[in-house]
Formats: sequence, C-alpha cells, structure tokens
Amino acid sequence: MSRRKVDIKGLIKSLPRNIFSGFVVSLIALPLGLGLAMASEAPPISGVIAAVVGGVLVSILGGSHVTIAGPGNGLVGVLLVAITALGLEATYAAIICSGMLLAILGFLRMGKLADFFPASAIQGMLAAIGLIILGKQFHIMLGNRLKLEGSVDYLLAIPNTVTGIFHYSDQGLVYAAISGIFALAIMVFYSKIHNKLLHLIPAPMWIVLISIGFSYWFELVLERPNPISAAYMLSGIPSVGEIVEQIPTPDFSYWRSAGFWGSVIAITLIASIESLLSIKAVDQLDPEKRRSNVNRDLKALGLATIGSGFLGGLNVVTVIARSSVNVNNGGSNRTSNFAHAFFLVVFIGLFSTQLTRIPLPALMAILVYTGYKLASPSQLIKMFRIGKEQVLIFITTLLMTLFVGLITGIISGIAMTFLIHILLNKDAELFFKNFRKPNVLMFKENYGDHKYYINVKHYCTFLNFYRLKEKLDQIPENEDVVLDLSLCKFVDHTVLSNLNAYQDVFSKRDGHLEIIGLDQHDADTQHPFANRRMLPGLKLITLNFTDRQTTLQEIADDYKLEYRAGSTRDNHLLDSFRFFATKRIEHIYNRLFDTLDDFAVFDITYSEGELIAKEEVRTTMLYMASNKEIPEFTLDREGFLERVYASSGFDDIRIDNHSDFARRFYLLGNDEQAVRDFFTDDLVLFFESNPYYHVESHANGLLVFHNQRTAGVKEVRSLIDFGRRLQHMIKNIPTKRYFIVE
Amino acid sequence: MAYKHYQVLGIGVAFSPNLTANLYEAARLSKMLKAELVLVHVGPESEEKKQQIDQIIHAQGEPPVTYRLVFKVGKPVGAIVEAVKENGIDLLLLGALKEERFVKYYLGSIARKITKAASCSVLLMINPSLERVACQHVVVNGFEDEHTADTIHAAFHVANSLGSKQLTIVEEIASEEVSIRVEDDRSLRRLNLLKEKIKRKQELRVQKIIENLPDEVKQHTVIKTQPIFGKRGYSIGHYAQIVRADLLVMNAPNTYRFSERFFPHDVEYILNELPTDVLLVR
Repeated sequence: MSRRKVDIKGLIKSLPRNIFSGFVVSLIALPLGLGLAMASEAPPISGVIAAVVGGVLVSILGGSHVTIAGPGNGLVGVLLVAITALGLEATYAAIICSGMLLAILGFLRMGKLADFFPASAIQGMLAAIGLIILGKQFHIMLGNRLKLEGSVDYLLAIPNTVTGIFHYSDQGLVYAAISGIFALAIMVFYSKIHNKLLHLIPAPMWIVLISIGFSYWFELVLERPNPISAAYMLSGIPSVGEIVEQIPTPDFSYWRSAGFWGSVIAITLIASIESLLSIKAVDQLDPEKRRSNVNRDLKALGLATIGSGFLGGLNVVTVIARSSVNVNNGGSNRTSNFAHAFFLVVFIGLFSTQLTRIPLPALMAILVYTGYKLASPSQLIKMFRIGKEQVLIFITTLLMTLFVGLITGIISGIAMTFLIHILLNKDAELFFKNFRKPNVLMFKENYGDHKYYINVKHYCTFLNFYRLKEKLDQIPENEDVVLDLSLCKFVDHTVLSNLNAYQDVFSKRDGHLEIIGLDQHDADTQHPFANRRMLPGLKLITLNFTDRQTTLQEIADDYKLEYRAGSTRDNHLLDSFRFFATKRIEHIYNRLFDTLDDFAVFDITYSEGELIAKEEVRTTMLYMASNKEIPEFTLDREGFLERVYASSGFDDIRIDNHSDFARRFYLLGNDEQAVRDFFTDDLVLFFESNPYYHVESHANGLLVFHNQRTAGVKEVRSLIDFGRRLQHMIKNIPTKRYFIVE
Repeated sequence: MAYKHYQVLGIGVAFSPNLTANLYEAARLSKMLKAELVLVHVGPESEEKKQQIDQIIHAQGEPPVTYRLVFKVGKPVGAIVEAVKENGIDLLLLGALKEERFVKYYLGSIARKITKAASCSVLLMINPSLERVACQHVVVNGFEDEHTADTIHAAFHVANSLGSKQLTIVEEIASEEVSIRVEDDRSLRRLNLLKEKIKRKQELRVQKIIENLPDEVKQHTVIKTQPIFGKRGYSIGHYAQIVRADLLVMNAPNTYRFSERFFPHDVEYILNELPTDVLLVR
C-alpha cells in the first residue's frame, strides 16, 4: 500500500494551498448562495446550507478532484416554480426525492446521459435559465419588487422598471437602486481591470465588503441610519443555533400529485445536466488533467442533496464558476471543497448579523450578472457563426423553456435538432435504419506506431455519440489517436464540439487526437464545429484586411516571414507550456512564421475560468523552437505567477553574482542546477539589458510575451527583434550538459 | 472436423444480367482452387440454356474449364441445397443477381437461408466482374471458437490459391469479456492492463494455430494479426471495409437457434452490410 502513503503525504503538502483556495471560493459562495436561494424564493440561508452539506459530503464521497459543490444557478427557475406551486415544505420533499433520483442515476452509471443532449439545445436551455434569473432579479436590483405571472412578464416589465427609477418618491428606494447599479458595475468591470490587489478578492465579495462598509460608515461615522430602504435589506439570516432549531420538516403529502413528480423530474434533470456539464468543463481546467469519476460524483451529489433537503437546504450540484475560481487559486484536490464548506460555517457562525447589512439589490446584481452571462447575446452570435440551423434549435429551446417549461423546452430542442438533421440530409432512413447498428470501430494497431484508430460509419450525431465516446474514454489520453469520419454521411455540431474538447484533453496530456476524413464534407459556414454533410464543393474565403493586418503583412515581408491572418486551432505546441495548464486557448490568429516553423509571432485569445469567473484575454506572443534541450524555467518580472507555478513544483532560483538580476526578475524552475547552468553570464546580461518580457521554456521551445493585451505593430517589431537575438544567444550557449536534439 | 481442401465448387446459375460475370468468376475460381465446377440452374432443362452457358464458359479463357450443369426444379433455395447434397458441393458461390440498390440485401437474405440449410461453405461475391480483380488482402476471423482453426486454414488455402499477398487474422474480443468499466484514471489503467493481458493470450492462441498450418499455404503470404475489442461479428466487417480487404473469411454460423431469430447472430451484421466478398466456412 505504498501508493496510499504517498497520497497522504501529497495531501498534507497541498493542504495549505487547498485551504486558501477553499477560502477564496467561500467568498464567492456566500453571496451566491444567499442570492440564489432568494432568487428561488427560499430562505437565504438555504443556499448556504446546500453549499455546506455539498462541500462536506461531496468532498468526502465524490469522484471528481477540483470541483466545488453547492446551490446551482440553473436550478433557480425550477425551484421557483416548485416553491410557488407546492410551497416550501413540499419543495424540500421534492428536493429530497430528486436527490434520490440523482443517486440512482449514479448507481445505474447514467453519467453518460448528458451526451444525449444536442449542444445547441443545452445552450438554449441555459440561456432561458439565464433570462429567468435576470428577468426576476433585475427589478429587485433596481428597487422595484414585483409579483408577476410568468417569467416572460418579468422580462417585458424591465423597461418600465428602468424608467421607474426616476419617479421614486421614496429616497430609500433610490439608494437601493444605486446600490444595485453600483454592484452590477463591480461585476461588469472587475474582469476588465487587471490589477493584482483588486483580484485578491473576488468581485462578489467586494460587493459584500463595500455594502457592509457603507452601512457601518453611516452608522459610525455619519451616525445616521442606512439610507437604503429597510425593506431592501437582506433579512432573516439565522445564527447557527437557530438553523439547527428551525430545521423544517419536509412535507411529503403531495407525493401522489403529478405536479410534485413533474417538479422532481425537472429538478433532477437540471441538477444532473448542470453537474455533468460542469464536471466535464472543470476536468479540462484541472492542471493535473485527471479524469473524474462522474457516476461516483452523481451518487455523492444525490446523497448531499438528500441531506441538504432534510436540513432545509437547496439542491447540491457541481458548479462551474466556483470550481473554476478554485482551480485558479491553486485548488488541487477535494480538500478545497471541504475547506469552502468549513469557511462558510465560520462566516455564518461569526458574521451572520453583519450579513443583514447587505442590501438586496447589491446581492441581486450578482445574479443579474450571472443570468446575463448565461443568456448573453454573444451566445447567439456564436450560434450564427456555426450555422443558421443551430440558431433555430437554440431559439426553439429558449422560447419553449421560457413560455412552457423546462422539460418541454429541452424535449423540443432535441426534436428540432433531429428534424433539422433529417431535413438537411433529406434522408430519414439514414438515421432510422442505422440507429441500432454498432457503427464505431476502434482498435490499436498491432504494427507500426501502435496508434489507436477509430472509424465511424453511417452518421455521427448526438443520437449515437455515446458509442464513440465510450470508445474514446477507453483510450489513455497520452496516446496517439486517429479518428476517421470519412465513412460518415453526416456529422453534427454536438459531436464536433465534443470532439474538440477531447482533442484539448489529449493534447494537454501529451497525446494527440487527429480527426480525418472530413475533407469531402461540406458545411454551410466556415466554423470548425458546423454540421458537416458529405458533399463535394469548397467555399471561397474572402479576406478583408484591417490596417494592423496590412502592416503585419509588411513586417512579415521585412523579416522574411510568412503571414496568415486567419485563425487556427492548431495549438498543441502551446499546450505543453505551463502557462496554459489552467487556461484554455480560444484561437490563434494573425500569425507571422518562418518556413521552418520554428519561429512564430501570433495574436492569441485565451480564457481563464468559466461562466461568471470567466476572463478572456487577448495578447500577442512569440513562440520559437530550439534545437537544444532547454531546462524548464519561467522568467518574470512581477512574480505574480509565483503562486501558480509554485503549485507545480517550481522553485525560486537565484543566479550567483547577479544581484541586480535577482532583484529585478523572478526565475523559477524545477531543475535548479540545469537552469543555473543554462543562465550563463551572457544570457543574464542579455536579459538585464533588454526590454522586459515574460519568458517561459518547455523542453525545446520558448514562449515570449509582454503584457496581457494585443501588441501594436511597433511592439510586434521589437518582439520579433528580441526573439531573433534571444534565439541567436541561446544558439551560442555552450552545450555543457545539453545534447543536441535532432 | 479437420479442414479438407475444397473439391467441388458449385454455383447457382440464373439468367440475370450478371450471368456472364458470375460464370467468369466461378470458372476462374475453379481453376485456381483446382476444384470441380458444378453449375446448378433452378428451372426446366433446355438446349438453349446449355448452349448459352457453354458459350460463356468457353469465352472466359483458355484452357476452358470442365464443368457439370445440373438442372433442378423447385424453389430456388431448396433446390440449391438439394443439389449441394447430391453433388457433394463443398463450396457454394453466390453472385449478385441484379445490379441495383438492394443487391446486398438480396444476397444477404439468400445467404442467410442457404447457410441455414446447406452444409457447405458459402462464398458471397458482391461485385462479380468479367476481368479478374486480384485478391490482395484476405481478412479472417480468429476469435476463440472450435471452428476457428479450420476457418483460418481455409483462409490460408484460399489466399494461397488466389495469390493474395496479405492475410490478416482479426481476433475479435467481445466487450463483455472486459469486465472493467472506465470511470476514472485508475479504472482506465486497470482496463488497459486487462486488455493487454487478454490480447497476449489471444495472440498466443492464434500463433499456435498458425504454427500448426502446413508451410506451403503460408509461405507466400504476409501474415498479420489485429486484436479488436468490440462487438463480435461487427468489428471485423467494419475492419475489412476500412482496410479494403478483398475477401473476408468467417466461421459459418453453426445452426440457427430459436433465440437468434430475435437477437442478431454474429454474422448477421456482416450479411446486412456485406463490406466485401465474404466466405463463410463450414
């Protein structure tokens, strides 16, 4: 059992970082938990109870590594319907039943359930949920509490509420609206401002801190009552003792009504979809690229939901935004989930009275922002790029969810997708005749490179993707895989976007998944994930250069480089850099590269985190290959990456006799001696006397960039110049311990 | 039953547009296998038919093959099965009857009926042609079964007779044999270890079969093995299709049990899709 010992040692070693990460997550979980519960018209504390129960149980029993469990935003809509229709006690009963169903799904290994939903239908459903949250909370954010019939009515009432602010006679309401708008501004601009100090505390916590500070300022400094109307303050936060006293009794008397079970099924459906999608997304963020045991997680979530329901809490699901904050703060195992629960208990225990100083509009602004992120118009634009038919699926699901209900919405989304597939192919037989056939062949070549080869026949869509997925899941991600789709008459968007996620995972774990055989297929758009039908014919690409692009073309000519403006997703060279371990490369464009492919300057868009915690960064980078083995190191002036890199076993390295260098740069690496040998006096002098760049190495490549924005043409020139000289410099470093790699 | 070389090659003759191509293939095959050729026609005997067939056989090429022409009356399948018994046919050739969309469907359904009733091996040709198309690559099943050794022997014999350069033995391993389900990194690792173990075991078994074959049938052919984890009877057909095999050799289904009317038999997938020419060895 030596493996176990190592595990415990590693666990203890990583504990401080996980506790810290759990702390940061709890800073978001607290306001979100309160807000989500209030949005569902449940007592605010029920959201925190769900987070605590989820954090404890899922961290102990779960099968994923860096996920955070708690109340989910997707559930707001269904819980709201359940509570208004059944009442609170019966809803707790529904929550408990849905927890049981969720655990059963886990025991039946139904984790693959989420694969049966077309990507665009899921997007449509999430957008609808976003609109439901946004529509309802927008009014409270502006100090206008409404009671309307359906979720659409709330949306339609938004213009009225906006104009209504200017007619408030009550000063308290005006202040309430101001606090809401201010909080929304914090949420919107937080990710736009790149400031280290600001980012130490997550945006939702800033809102909480500023609100409480504001309240104290009035009370202690101005010695006046808080100007925000008392009706719009957070109320009813019980102390820990009161929570235990006031545990509600779930009311199971509705168990014979169809409405009750409708709610149970809707809650289970959303809870499982939200959890499964989140786990899948978080697995891609995990720097260690571990594979989550989805079914075990479902069981744990089910159990946690049952527990939470009995204690008066909401459903427990895996949540993407909090999980991605966890990853970004160095969470590396389930202890951070536990820590997040622990800190929530501490907060409630110590500060429950302080929380009543938070104005509701400020809290609801967080939810409005969450809703907006789910339903943002950029989703629709993305859909348009993929294809008009995806927009149709998206809109159908969205409208049906808004006007009828969640289950109807997702079912009509699936039906619409299938109908479109039939119409696109003008062939229903293709789908019906081949539906039951095992259409996927996978084998590991018994000769040559021993590659895995997968071939898919007939068609490959959301209907039969699970077969392909089953095979893909059996391949270790560090292997080479060739996936041949040439015998497929039709490949849909859901499959292609899922395969892209697989490609990311493979390339991050040093494997490679290559998709071939789509050359004879035609798509309506240029998007890589557009539906593909087998048809001859190619489309012309028209290019319309911007000023910067024209200049880049000139620069390319000057330096004898090739220039390509179009974007590429071929980023496997970059994935191996530590910098991108927790980041997702969206695309690479405006590439200037030489013919040998060992020197390239490019614009890149990458993102960090997901959902409300998502930040997208555009910057310009330089990649160059080296024919020498370079020890892995990171050179940076700021040292703000220290935390991230320290987590991956990097140590701070001091180069002797260069105190100035040591003062100005942070040099990190895992093989100290090799890095010292590599940094010769000449190289140190080179870095000292040249403009500052972030330089990072990996085996036989270097990544150089300046700051987190796209470089101007002048900066591109100096970047190329710097790179050229650095390349020359490294070539001349005596190859003491390094062997030349062919 | 130890493997015997094919002695008598039979073919059902119908006066369809493909008659010439079918007869050409049969004549060539009988020469290459050095087997006697028996043509079975279901229908009344007539001089005209005899002459037409004789002409075609003679036009095929020198030296003209000797053959027997048998006339049978009755329902096609039943009559052919009877003729197989009476004439000691041990390899029955079935060519495509018509050139149309459902050709594979017809061929499959007739093959299904005949394999159910007849005791000989059956060769299904999906694309009989006038010119000889060289048979380059033969794929044969190698899964664990008492008949597999014979089937592999037959495949080697046919491959050798047809001058095929390559023969691949595909060991299909049913997914059910791999009991581990992939859920996380650990189960994945365990699964792949188990797969390797099963693979080695299967490989050894197949190597033993190859060793026991006489040298003269295997010396001109490149032998490869390919283990595949997947649905038995399906994977090999898909494999034969993507490696563009010219002939797929399979164990013929033993006898149809009642339950198999509802659940597809191993060769059912092949008969449904007919990826290439198929030889069902009995």
